Amino acid sequence: MSLDLVDVTVAPAGGMPLFAPVSAHVEAGRCLCLIGPSGRGKSTLLSMIGGHLPRGLTGTGQVVLNGQNLLPLPAEARRVGLLFQDAPLFPHLSVGDNLAFGLAARIKGRGARRAAIAEALSLAGLAGFEARDPATLSGGQRVRVALMRALLAEPEAILLDEPFARLDTGLRAEIRAFVLSHIRAQAIPAVLVSHDPEDAAAADHVLALAPWNANI
Amino acid sequence: MIWLRLLLAGGIAAPVLAGLALTLAMALHPEAAGYRVAGWQTALRLTLVTGVGATVLSVALSVPLSLWLLPKARARVWLAPFLAVPHATLALGLAFLVAPSGWLVRLVWPFDLPPAIVTVGDPWGVALILGLVLKEVPFLTLVTLAAAAQHPLEAHFAAGQSLGYTRRQIWRQVVWPILYPALRLPVFITLAFSLSVVDMALLLGPSHPPTLAVQILRLFTAADPDARFAGARLAMGLLLVTGAVAGLWWAAGAALAPLSRHRLRRGLRQARGPSGGALIGVSGLMLGGAALLVLALWSVARRWSFPAVLPEQMSFAGWQRIAWVEPVGETLLTGLAATAISLVLALLWLEVEDRSGARMRGGVLIVMLPLLLPQIAFLQGVAEGFVRLGLPAGRGAVIWAEVLFVFPYVMIALAGPWRAMDAQQIASAASLGAGPARRFWRVKLALMLRPLLTAAAVGFAVACAQFLAVLLPGAGRVQTLATEAVALASGADRRLAALYGLVLAALPLLAYALALCVPAWLHRDRRGMRGER
Repeated sequence: MSLDLVDVTVAPAGGMPLFAPVSAHVEAGRCLCLIGPSGRGKSTLLSMIGGHLPRGLTGTGQVVLNGQNLLPLPAEARRVGLLFQDAPLFPHLSVGDNLAFGLAARIKGRGARRAAIAEALSLAGLAGFEARDPATLSGGQRVRVALMRALLAEPEAILLDEPFARLDTGLRAEIRAFVLSHIRAQAIPAVLVSHDPEDAAAADHVLALAPWNANI
Repeated sequence: MIWLRLLLAGGIAAPVLAGLALTLAMALHPEAAGYRVAGWQTALRLTLVTGVGATVLSVALSVPLSLWLLPKARARVWLAPFLAVPHATLALGLAFLVAPSGWLVRLVWPFDLPPAIVTVGDPWGVALILGLVLKEVPFLTLVTLAAAAQHPLEAHFAAGQSLGYTRRQIWRQVVWPILYPALRLPVFITLAFSLSVVDMALLLGPSHPPTLAVQILRLFTAADPDARFAGARLAMGLLLVTGAVAGLWWAAGAALAPLSRHRLRRGLRQARGPSGGALIGVSGLMLGGAALLVLALWSVARRWSFPAVLPEQMSFAGWQRIAWVEPVGETLLTGLAATAISLVLALLWLEVEDRSGARMRGGVLIVMLPLLLPQIAFLQGVAEGFVRLGLPAGRGAVIWAEVLFVFPYVMIALAGPWRAMDAQQIASAASLGAGPARRFWRVKLALMLRPLLTAAAVGFAVACAQFLAVLLPGAGRVQTLATEAVALASGADRRLAALYGLVLAALPLLAYALALCVPAWLHRDRRGMRGER
């Protein structure tokens, strides 16, 4: 299992690409950290890998996950999980239902699905949180639930868009360790976007996005 | 997207355009030339005075009122009932309030006989203007506040105030001109509506001669079949007048802009003072409230002779006597059907846009067309067109005609919140493997519950208020509360008219209340779903 980026960049319709083409190889269980100044297009690159590019932006190059080119696929067929800054959960669903929404349909039967959700919550240190309103969770709790929701969908890669940026410094290290250890345990490649040098230090590879014109 | 375009063109634009064409054909009929309509010149003058007067006054009053309401989220709630109360109810209540034997006179008049002056149906159309203003100011204020929410207003206010201007001055000279492009369409809707209103003009306007729109309706429904041709001719005249006034309005706006720029360059700082917004808001609220209150009093009055301030005898006998079940059923049936169809159309449109990733070009014009044209200029033609298509005059035709007016408002109410939906939530759902269908049913509809119900309530209120769209395509076979209330108002029994007017207002108010309470109850344990969405 591995994620490969080959000469990937994103350009607005009829405009210059946002950054110089990037190539990278991320092995299963490894984490690539993308760094670069604000506005360079780090989050846009994540959107492209996940299939969430807004209209008007086009990605070029190749994104290959386990030997399959992702670009022709719609987001829901890519099996690429996503964790945003603030880790928003669906506000209309309870914590348990948020996880149920994510849990792969492969797991059938009410009992089995409930058990899978309960296990995920206890792994996150949030046993018994099924009925909670997501709006009542703390920032750290929300990140843990959002990660569990993403992992329950059984993704083959995961993208993290500054998910720790809004957490307190003390909490950040703990949540980062939690997230990265779970990703390693799942043995899937991960791509992390961050401004935080400690995030970069915790990752296995670091890639700086260069501006487009530096390439000419 | 082609099929959606065809659906909207066939369902909304085609009936309107065909209605116009059929009315035009009638107007060009040789019989039309021979029929002389007495007093059309006076009717035209009256139409211009009331229509343009009401629009100018409504815009002028909405400016200070919206500034006053800007920081008052609570007070804004009071705009909704004004939007929900149908024109006919408000006009009835106003008539009972300001008539020579009305409530206001009873409060101050010391003699036993009512004063011998004409207030309701006055030859200048003052009562009609008042009624229109009471209904249009809340609408314009609401769209102004909605447009204001899109701009960094506090930055403008801070910059202006630091230069020594009052908030009132900044609002009028800087902010409102920024907002005006977004208000142009609503103002034109107000203008077209005020120039061609029928139900309010029947209840509050003069009758000999009446406004053009009322005169046209009389000709359309006259016993003499040739009168219809003359009516169509006048209807085309009203269409031209509306177009000309709209053009003049546009030109006047273009001419006034440099003038206000000139004022701005002089840099005059105004002294602090009341903006008048509070006065406008409170007096409008009191007038509207009193109109509803007097209807409530009349509905339970058994004996209420002049100049008693309160009914001498009260009873609820009237409520048991009248057959209101049938018109309520008809209003509910046509209104709910038109609302449901409009909601489905709006959702189809927004979801198709989401999936194709492109806004539908030209769509806004198709949707707004029925609101920008005088209703009476195409509804008679629409009714005829339905008959030619094999859809007989009756409930089906009424529902379709109501959709023409309900759909635009449903679309306006829903499109903003829908397009502002949190894209991260949708991306999250996709990354969890949810395809477009699951995202629509499980995520988008759930997140949009409150705006959906609000849009439904707005649409239902618009449907309840429809008068011409029931009268003409229904050909007298469909009686809703609005048509009954207007018909009864000219009769002798004030109690009956008051009763119908009240029930007519109760339905949309109930719909608004449901749209408020149902999401609040369903989301009682979901803090993230409360508040403005």
